[in-house]
Amino acid sequence: MAARDQHGSEAPGDQGFRVVGKENRKVDGLAKATGEAIYTDDIMLPGMLHAKMLRSPHAHARVLSVDTSKAEALEGVVGVLVGAELPIRYGVIPWTPDENALATDKVRFIGDEVAAVAAVDEDTALEALDLIEVEYEILEAILDPQKALVTPEPAIHEGRKRRDNISKHVDLEFGDVDAQLEGADIVLEEDYSFHSTTHAPMEPHCAVAQPNSNGRLTLWSSTQITHYVHRALSRVLELDPARIRVIQPCLGGGFGGKSDPFSLEFVVAKLALKTGRPVKMLWTREEVFYAHRGRHPMQMHYRTTAKKDGTITSVDAKLLIDGGSYSSFGLVTTYYSGQLLTGPYNFPNYRFDSTRVFTNKPPNGPKRGHGSVQPRFAFEVQLDEIANRLGIDPIEIRRRNFIGADTETVNGQRISSNGFMQCLDEVEDASDWKARHGKLPHGRGLGVAGSMYISGTNYPVYPNKMPQAGVQLKIDRSGLVTVFTGGNDIGQGSNSMVAYLVAEELGLLPTSIHVVSADTDLCPVDLGAYSSRVTFMVGNAAIDGARKLRKQIIEAVAKHWEVEARDVRLMDGTVIDLSEAARSMTHVEAFHLAEELFDTLGSTGAYNTPELGGDYRGGTIGASPAYSFTAHAAEVEVDTETGRITVLKVWAAHDCGRALNPIIVRGQIEGSTYMGAAEVVLENHDLNRFGLHSGPSLLDYRIPTSLDAPDLEARIVESIDPEGPYGAKEAGEGPLHSTIPAIANAVFDAVGIRLRHLPFTPAKVLKALRELEEQN
Amino acid sequence: MLRLPKFEVKNPSTVEEAIAMMHAIDGEARFLAGGTDLNPNMKHRLFTPERVVALGGIEEMFGITQQEDGSMRIGAMATLANVASHAELGLAYPALSQAALLVSGPQLRNMGTLGGNVMLDTRCQWYNQTYFWRSALGFCMKKDGTKCHVIEGGSKCVAAASNDTAPALMTLGAELEFANATGRTRMPIADLWQADGIWNKKVAHTELLVAIHLPKPSADQRGAYGKLRDRGSIDFPLFGIAIRLDLDAQGTIFDAALCAVALQARPWPLKKAAALLCGTKPGEESFTEAVEQVAALAAKQCRPMPNIPGDHEYRHAMVSVYTKRALLAAANGDGPVHHV
Repeated sequence: MAARDQHGSEAPGDQGFRVVGKENRKVDGLAKATGEAIYTDDIMLPGMLHAKMLRSPHAHARVLSVDTSKAEALEGVVGVLVGAELPIRYGVIPWTPDENALATDKVRFIGDEVAAVAAVDEDTALEALDLIEVEYEILEAILDPQKALVTPEPAIHEGRKRRDNISKHVDLEFGDVDAQLEGADIVLEEDYSFHSTTHAPMEPHCAVAQPNSNGRLTLWSSTQITHYVHRALSRVLELDPARIRVIQPCLGGGFGGKSDPFSLEFVVAKLALKTGRPVKMLWTREEVFYAHRGRHPMQMHYRTTAKKDGTITSVDAKLLIDGGSYSSFGLVTTYYSGQLLTGPYNFPNYRFDSTRVFTNKPPNGPKRGHGSVQPRFAFEVQLDEIANRLGIDPIEIRRRNFIGADTETVNGQRISSNGFMQCLDEVEDASDWKARHGKLPHGRGLGVAGSMYISGTNYPVYPNKMPQAGVQLKIDRSGLVTVFTGGNDIGQGSNSMVAYLVAEELGLLPTSIHVVSADTDLCPVDLGAYSSRVTFMVGNAAIDGARKLRKQIIEAVAKHWEVEARDVRLMDGTVIDLSEAARSMTHVEAFHLAEELFDTLGSTGAYNTPELGGDYRGGTIGASPAYSFTAHAAEVEVDTETGRITVLKVWAAHDCGRALNPIIVRGQIEGSTYMGAAEVVLENHDLNRFGLHSGPSLLDYRIPTSLDAPDLEARIVESIDPEGPYGAKEAGEGPLHSTIPAIANAVFDAVGIRLRHLPFTPAKVLKALRELEEQN
Repeated sequence: MLRLPKFEVKNPSTVEEAIAMMHAIDGEARFLAGGTDLNPNMKHRLFTPERVVALGGIEEMFGITQQEDGSMRIGAMATLANVASHAELGLAYPALSQAALLVSGPQLRNMGTLGGNVMLDTRCQWYNQTYFWRSALGFCMKKDGTKCHVIEGGSKCVAAASNDTAPALMTLGAELEFANATGRTRMPIADLWQADGIWNKKVAHTELLVAIHLPKPSADQRGAYGKLRDRGSIDFPLFGIAIRLDLDAQGTIFDAALCAVALQARPWPLKKAAALLCGTKPGEESFTEAVEQVAALAAKQCRPMPNIPGDHEYRHAMVSVYTKRALLAAANGDGPVHHV
C-alpha cells in the first residue's frame, strides 16, 4: 500500500466536516426525478438499427446448423449475426472464459442466445428472428445440482481439463475441526438450503454501439463494470482497446445483475461494425430473467461445536452450489461461500468444502451479498439453535463469540474497525428485546442475527499491480471542479460520494463539483461496482487527488496573503484568513491564484489495497481492507391457520464506518433489508420441470409491493475505519445478510418451528407446525 | 419491452356501432375495455386481432345508477376503482365492492373495468406467457398447440377463471346485458359459464357486455369476499370466495350463496354448502357449527389444480380457512378477507 492510500479519518481542516456526514442531495437525484437523466435506452442515434436476439427453446442441445438466409432476405433487415462470427469466448473471471455471445456449438439453458438480427425497427427484427432456421440435436438436460455432481456425461461444458460438471471445488481447513468433536458440550449438525432469487432491477439491460468513421467504436451499456466490458470487447472483437470506448449512462439499478459482460454488448458492437450503423438492443423483462446471474441456490450442511457457555469451538461446512449454465463469477462465489463467514464471531477451527456445479439453467452469479448471504443464513440459524439448546439469549451468544477489532480471522483475514457489538446493542434496544424476546404471545416472535461483509477485496479479477481505483481532477477558472472516475454509479450514489469527498477536501459546496464517470475515453480506470468496493476505493482515490490540489490552493493563497499555510481555511466555497479574520476570498479567486502559481490545475488520485489475505491458494479472495458489520432484529407474526409469515418490523444496525451521507446509508440499509425480507417469503427464481423459468415476468416473480414491505428502522453505527475514506466502509450489501436469518429466528420465537429451507412458503410453515404438533 | 402486434383501432360511440364494427371484418376483432388484460395478452400473442374495437366512447356503457325498482345498473365500462369506491354499492353489495377492491393494484383498477373483469380470459401458468416461452414447451391446447401441461394427457383445457368479481356477482344473482348482431339479451350470470378453459363463456367474444344489473338486496343482506394471493396487491387470486347471507328480522339466515373462483374454468357455486347455512343465526351456535360444516364441504367441492402459479395443495388447504373467515366476515359485516 502506498502513502497515497491512507489519508486519516479526520476532516482535512480544523473546522470539522462541512460536507461529509450531512444529508446532502444526491448529485443525480433531481435529474432522475425530473426525467432529465439519460439512460441507455434513451439514446437515439441517426440511422440507428434495432437488434433482437434469437434464443434457444432447449435446455441443452447441440446446434447443428443455423440458416439465416430467409431472415437476411427480409426487407428492412440490415445485419444478421451468428455464433461463428464471434468465436472467442469470454467470462468476467479471466480463468474461466466459457461464454460465447451467440452459441457456437451448444446451447446450455432455455434462453441461451443463438443468433441476432439488426433491422430498421424492432418489429422487423422480430419478424426476421422467426425466419431463422436452427437445427438442434437435443441433449439430456441436467437440472438438479445433486445429479450434476455425480453425472460427468453429458458434460455441459466440453473440452475442459475436468471431464465432469463441476465448475469449481474449494476445500480449505483452518485449525483442526474434527478434533473439536470430542469434548464438545454441544454438537449441532443440520442441512439448510437457499433457493434462487434474482435482482429485478427496474431498468432492463440495454446496449447501443456506434461505429465511428475513424475506425473507433463506442458502446453505451447498462453495465456495472465498464472496465471489464472494455477488456472483454477488445478480446472478443479482436480490436485494439484504444479503438473502443465504453460508456455507462445513467443506470436503473444493478444489484450485481449487470456485473458480467453480457451477450448483447458484443452483439450490438459486432452488428455495428458489420453494418456500419449504430445498433441498439434493449432486452425484455423476460430476457433479463434469462440473463439472470442471480443468487446461487445452495444446499448447505453445517456442523458447529460449542462449549456450554456458547463459545464456538469449530464450524464445519459442506456446500453444494448450483451454478447454472456458465462460470460467471463462480470461482469467486465458491470461495466467498466459505471465506466470508469467519466474522463477526471467532471461529477457532473452521473448514469449508464448497463445490459449484454446472446445470442447464440460467447462469447464477453475484447478487447483493455475493456468495455469502446463503451461508450466513444457515450459520445464523444454527447459532440461534445452539443458543436455544444451551439456554443462552441469542444476542448474548453473539456477544460471547465476538471476534473483536484489530484482529485476524482464522482464515487470515485482517479485521480493522469493528462496530458489531454496538450493532447488537442498537437492535437490542430498538426492538425492546429484553422485555419481549421469548415473551410475546404465540404467533408473534423476535429474532436476531449478525453478519459481516467486505468493502471491496484485494483480488482485482485479472492480476495486475496497477491501482484498483483512479480519479482525475480538473479545476476550471469558473470555480467548477470536474472529477473523472471510472467508478460505476448504479444508483448506490458513488458519484455523490466522490462529489462530497472532493468538496470536503477543497472546502467547496458539493454543487461546485461535477462528476464524470464510467467513460473509458475520459476516466481513469476503476474496476467497477461490485463487492461493495466503490465508495471505499474510489473514495480514497478522490481524497488522494483532491488533497494534492488542496495543498496547491492553500499554498497559493498563503503566498498571496503572506500568511502561514495553516492560517488559510477552505470552507463552503470561501477562503478565510485565520490570522486576520476580516480577510477572505471566493474559491474562484483562490483557484486563479493557484493557477497563476502552478499553471493549469489538475491532479490524479489513486488507491490500491494493502497486501492482505491468508498465505494459501485463494487466500486473497475475500480479503478486504475493511469489513462492515450488521445486526438485524426482526419481528414476525405467523398465522398458524394459513402458515403465512408477516414480517412486521425489521430493525437494522449497520456499521459502515463514517457515514459520508447518513440519508444514503439509511437508504442502502433499508433497501438491503427489504430485498432480504423478500427473499425469505416471496421471491423465487423458480424453474419448472422443463427447465424453463416458471414465470419470467414481474407479475409472476413476486417482488414485494409497498404493502408487502415490513416496517424498517435503520440505525447507523460508525466505527471509524483507519483506512476508509474519512473512515467510511461499505453500506450497500452487508445489511442484506442478517435480515434473512433474523426472520427465520423470529419465526422460531413466534411458533417454535425451525425453518431451514428457503423460501419460507406458507405451505412449509403449515407442514412444520403439523410436525411440531405431532411431536408434542 | 414486448411489442404489440399490429392492429387497427376503431372508436365507436354507440353499442350498435361497436357491434357493427366487430362484424365488419373477416379476421378476428376484439373489444377493448380497460385493456389491462387484452394488452398483455396481445403482447404474449395470445390474441392477435386485426381490429380492436375500443369502447371508451360509448356513453351508455358508463355509470352506476340505481333503478326505480331498487336494482342497480352498472355500466360495463365502470372501472373497478369506481365500483370499489362507490358508497351505495359498498353498503348494498359488500362482496362485490370488496372483490373489486382486491383486483390487481390501484393503477390497473383505474383502467380495468367491471365488464372486462367479468369477461376476463381464463388463466394458466402454461398459457399466460410469451410466445417464445410457450414455444419452448410446444405450446398448449388453449393456444397454438394440442397438449395440456396441467394434466398430462388431459383432453380438456382447465385454465382457471381468475376474475375476482365473478363469484361476487354470482352470489348476488347479477344479470348481464349483452348486445349482439340480433339485438339485446339479458342472462343470469350463472348461465354465462361453460366448463372449457379455452373459452369459458356461452356467449361469443363478438358479443358485447353492456351492463351488469344487480337485483335489489333483501332488508338485511350481508356479504364478503376472501382472496388468497401471495402479495398484498397486483396478483390474481390463488383462491377466491364470495359470500351472500340474507337474514330475516329475527336475524336468522333465510338465504345464502357461496361462490369460489381460481379453481377451474368456471366460477364454482357452492349450493349444498350454502344450504347448510339456512335457518342458522349468526352469533348463535347453530351458525358457528354450520360454518365448520360449510368450510369442510367447500374443501370437498373445491379442488384447485396446478393450473395457475402456486402450490395447488396449499391452495386446497386454504379453501376451508378462507371460506370460514369469509363467512364470519360476512356475518359480522366485515371483510374483505385478505392477508393485508
